Amino acid sequence: MNTCPEKIIDYMHAYLDEDIRPEEERELQEHLANCSECKEIMDGLEESISFLKSATQIKAPAGFVDGVIARLPKEKSQVGAQRFLRRHPLLSAAAMFLLLMSATLFSSYGNDQHFSVSKQPNLVVQGETVLVPAGETIKGDIVVKNGSLRIEGQVEGDVTVIHGSKFMASTAIVTGESEEIDKAFDWLWYKIKNTVKDIFPSSKEDEKQEK
Amino acid sequence: MERRRYALDELINKRINEVLKGKQDAFEEIVILFQHRLYHVCYRMLNNKQEAEDIAQEAFVRAYINIHTFDQKRKFSTWIFRIATNLCIDRIRKKKPDYHLDAEVPGTEGLTMYSQIAAAGDLPEEQIEKMEAQERIRYEIGRLPDKYRSVIILRYFEELPLQEIGDILELPLGTVKTRVHRGREALRKQMGTM
Repeated sequence: MNTCPEKIIDYMHAYLDEDIRPEEERELQEHLANCSECKEIMDGLEESISFLKSATQIKAPAGFVDGVIARLPKEKSQVGAQRFLRRHPLLSAAAMFLLLMSATLFSSYGNDQHFSVSKQPNLVVQGETVLVPAGETIKGDIVVKNGSLRIEGQVEGDVTVIHGSKFMASTAIVTGESEEIDKAFDWLWYKIKNTVKDIFPSSKEDEKQEK
Repeated sequence: MERRRYALDELINKRINEVLKGKQDAFEEIVILFQHRLYHVCYRMLNNKQEAEDIAQEAFVRAYINIHTFDQKRKFSTWIFRIATNLCIDRIRKKKPDYHLDAEVPGTEGLTMYSQIAAAGDLPEEQIEKMEAQERIRYEIGRLPDKYRSVIILRYFEELPLQEIGDILELPLGTVKTRVHRGREALRKQMGTM
């Protein structure tokens, strides 16, 4: 074995990595000039490196790029959507909220089978039929759920019938909007509309006040 | 040179942002830019053309799927080389027990033969001497222990700085240096017959 100091080998590698201090390099060069054994090692290292560097650059085969594209996941839009959601967490949260909200709304639509009516003093309730008597004026909105509404008098407000029927006599007058809701979607729309109205009640009230 | 590299990084990040917005076409440009370098590294690691193509393509697919995890303040080449070298190392480990690629027809470009030879051990000297230079390089790289092979490939075929090799292989700089030294030493000893 070589009897030269181990640091000489370290210097050789430091030199090859261009990571050597000037004084170390000087020491290395001096040593190599006097030690044929170490000179041989150094030459061997340099030869193997230049040998490796003589390797031809190998190129990817033709069709490589098309091969990659063919292997990319197909569900482009889905991946795009997932990525979009990941990058917009707030929006995802909002979407999730809406989804859960609509689920509760739908379930309340299905479960709420009981007859109910908004309370106004001069409304006449007969079983599941609500009557607005002739000559009477009901102030405020009327909402009837799971029952029918018969209007003979006047209503100063909106009339809404959910899951039921509405009959309007020739004498009936409804100053507000009148609608019947039978489908889940209508129900949802109605709920959302009312929620929005509850949150921003001002617009309608302001109008009234202006008048 | 630095300015050119900066412009390239900028272009790549632009394409990545397009991919993030769902434009698959933008990824094709990234593949075109890196295909040869990535394939070359995989080929040197695996010493087999079919496997190199398969792994290099897989690396691009993984990059595409995980592109949202790429930190655009870092170098894209380092990131994609890391994916590729990890896949190569996994593949090498998996095929270790049955190293011989029996499934491949002997004589297909002579490559499988050399990977078999590399596994089987040293060849008789006169046979090595008859080798053409490029075959010899393949043979010597194939004989290197795995952990030296990856650093030597990145250092001498890709000509990457030691720090970048450390970033790719997720090794401390000191470890990279040691492996490059030992790898060079192993090569020198292997090639004593030159």
